[in-house]
Amino acid sequence: MPLLMPVVLACLLFAVGIFGVLARRNAILVLMSVELMLNAVNLNLVAFDVYLRDQLLAGQTFTLFVITIAAAEVGLGLAIVLLVYRNRETAQLDDLHQLREDDPGPPDVRDDTRETAAR
Amino acid sequence: MTAVYLAVLAPFAAALIGFFGGRRWPRTAVPVAVTGASASLVAALVLAVRALDAGASARFEDTGRLATVPLGALSIGIDLRVDGLAAVVGLAVAVVALAVQVYSSAYLKGDPRYSSYAAFVSLFTAAMMLVVFADDLFVLLVGWEVMGVCSYFLIGHHWEQEGSQRSAVKAFVVTRLGDVGFLFGIFVLGTAAGTFQISRIVSQASALSEHTATVATLLLLCGVVGKSAQFPLHVWLPDAMAGPTPVSALIHAATMVAAGIYLVARLYPVFLAAPTTLAVMAVIACVTMLGGALAALAQDDIKRVLAYSTVSQLAYMLSALAVGSATAASFHLLTHAAFKALLFLAAGSVIHAVGTNLMPDMGGLRRAMPITFVTMTIGLAALAGLPPFAGFFSKEAVLGAAEEAARHGGPVAAWAAWSVLVVGLLTVGVTAAYVTRLWLLTFFDSPRGGVAAHESSAAIRWPLVALAVPSVLIGLVGVRDGWLARWLGIDERPPGGSVPVDSAAANQLHIGATTSVLSVVLAVVGFGLVLLVWRRAPWEDPSLRLVRTRPALERAFWVDELYDRLFVRPVRLAARSVGWTDDAVIGGAVSGSGSGANRLAGLLRRTQTGNVQTYLTGLLAGVVIIAVGVVTLT
Repeated sequence: MPLLMPVVLACLLFAVGIFGVLARRNAILVLMSVELMLNAVNLNLVAFDVYLRDQLLAGQTFTLFVITIAAAEVGLGLAIVLLVYRNRETAQLDDLHQLREDDPGPPDVRDDTRETAAR
Repeated sequence: MTAVYLAVLAPFAAALIGFFGGRRWPRTAVPVAVTGASASLVAALVLAVRALDAGASARFEDTGRLATVPLGALSIGIDLRVDGLAAVVGLAVAVVALAVQVYSSAYLKGDPRYSSYAAFVSLFTAAMMLVVFADDLFVLLVGWEVMGVCSYFLIGHHWEQEGSQRSAVKAFVVTRLGDVGFLFGIFVLGTAAGTFQISRIVSQASALSEHTATVATLLLLCGVVGKSAQFPLHVWLPDAMAGPTPVSALIHAATMVAAGIYLVARLYPVFLAAPTTLAVMAVIACVTMLGGALAALAQDDIKRVLAYSTVSQLAYMLSALAVGSATAASFHLLTHAAFKALLFLAAGSVIHAVGTNLMPDMGGLRRAMPITFVTMTIGLAALAGLPPFAGFFSKEAVLGAAEEAARHGGPVAAWAAWSVLVVGLLTVGVTAAYVTRLWLLTFFDSPRGGVAAHESSAAIRWPLVALAVPSVLIGLVGVRDGWLARWLGIDERPPGGSVPVDSAAANQLHIGATTSVLSVVLAVVGFGLVLLVWRRAPWEDPSLRLVRTRPALERAFWVDELYDRLFVRPVRLAARSVGWTDDAVIGGAVSGSGSGANRLAGLLRRTQTGNVQTYLTGLLAGVVIIAVGVVTLT
């Protein structure tokens, strides 16, 4: 099998994952998109491992690691999403902007300087 | 030399004790101040007697060096030196200082700042002694500047009053202006002569080129004009009368203002080597002499009359120096110190009794204050130059020297000598007029102030009597030919011997018959005119008859207003624009950079939306841009 086909597939998968991460509003779907991206990478690793006929099978080993870590990550991520949903009754990312910088306008520097000048 | 050290250090020690212990032991202030002045007087007396003894045979001189300060190519010695002139001037300073200390103890009784006042007067005495006995230009400069500082603090003694603060600052700034030139004059003279020691500079005066001598003396003259309140820089002295009257007597009449004259007399051979400077001095003296006397004619404040009179009399001394007789100048310095200190102390006694400085509110004090009246009359007669009193002889010595220089040639051009002579004679008449006006307004007619005046206490009366004696007698030392000149021992021969005169004749005081008769006639005319005007309306100020010219005289020819327009206002304007620049431009830049950074940060803050996906989009865009950049650029 030529290398091109799995690589193109991986690219498509990764692109779909990126689109999902950036465009989806639902946190669970975003997590799923992340999984897609990880699996695209896994596909790449396996494909290149075969293509390069690696004696140590590093690519496959690495893939196993990625799968394990992805599982852990999804577990953790789902738990967070669950907690967020319990607290806020929503899992929509657009509504979760607690860490946004409020826009108070620039603090009034002029008043300070005038006071010191008067002193 | 011990006497010299005592003369300088005794008042200095009194000043130190007064400064540090005056608050803790306020009762010791008077004894400490009077002891310091007395010790100084004893020392000065010893020196003067030794100078008198030695002066009969040879020139008296005694030098001592405390330390040498090496400064690269030139070194400065802490040198003190006594000669006849220094001993006599030192004696005059010590006498007036003691009289003033005794007088102040009564005049400023109950003043909360008396101890610091007395300490400043002591410090001033020490500084003046240092100037008198200094043999090094820098030592002299130290004394010179300390005197200026003491003058500043003492003028501002009543600092609660705004006017006195302003006068103090004015006096300080105006004299400082002259001192800038003075300092550079010292540099020029010291580097040209290769030494800053006065006695060596004087002995090398003939070696100086005329150009160098002219530059150096003109620069020194700036300081002299500032300190001695001569024409362009005279404006501070009348305002300095805001200080307590004894201070005016000591600093602004008898001693400090005469320091400029003393300095010229001390460096006289150098000045003689610069005829241009002498001509400039003659012109300044003429303008100041007549202008000061005319201004004194229309003042209402008794102290301001005396202040303008001081300005005018100092101009006499300067003119004597200009026409080549330092002996006459020193003679007038001595007599003036005596009678002007007396006049100020007597005026203080009057002010103390009446409670005002204004002569229109006085009047009729002749009966209430007999001792003040008699002593002040003596002082006024001496000031007007009436024959038996001191002022007559010294003024005649000045006019005689001018006549000598005008007729037979002297170190200065003939036109300058002639103008000194003519203006000097005119001033005698004007002086007699303002003296008469002061005398009549203060002591005659009926009391106008509504205060029951009474004679002052003994501590005020005794200094008056003590100073009245020399005001009568001191003129007699000038009568005997060459006697005073030998005592003072001033070298008046022009360097290089351009005018062939033997030293004995050159040092003599010329009291010519023509000038004497002329000046007495003029004085009598001045006296008579004012008396005639006054007789018609004794309750009125005779100067009101001047109608049109009176405002000009009262404002002293608007010199203050002129300076206000020319210097004070432009400087204020410049200061205000500097303040505005500092506030708006420099301060604006500082606070502008702060608020600018804040506004920029506001832009960045906009990106912090809280939406994770936006961040990720930015991240991805960045990665793509970097990747594309790496691919295309490598």
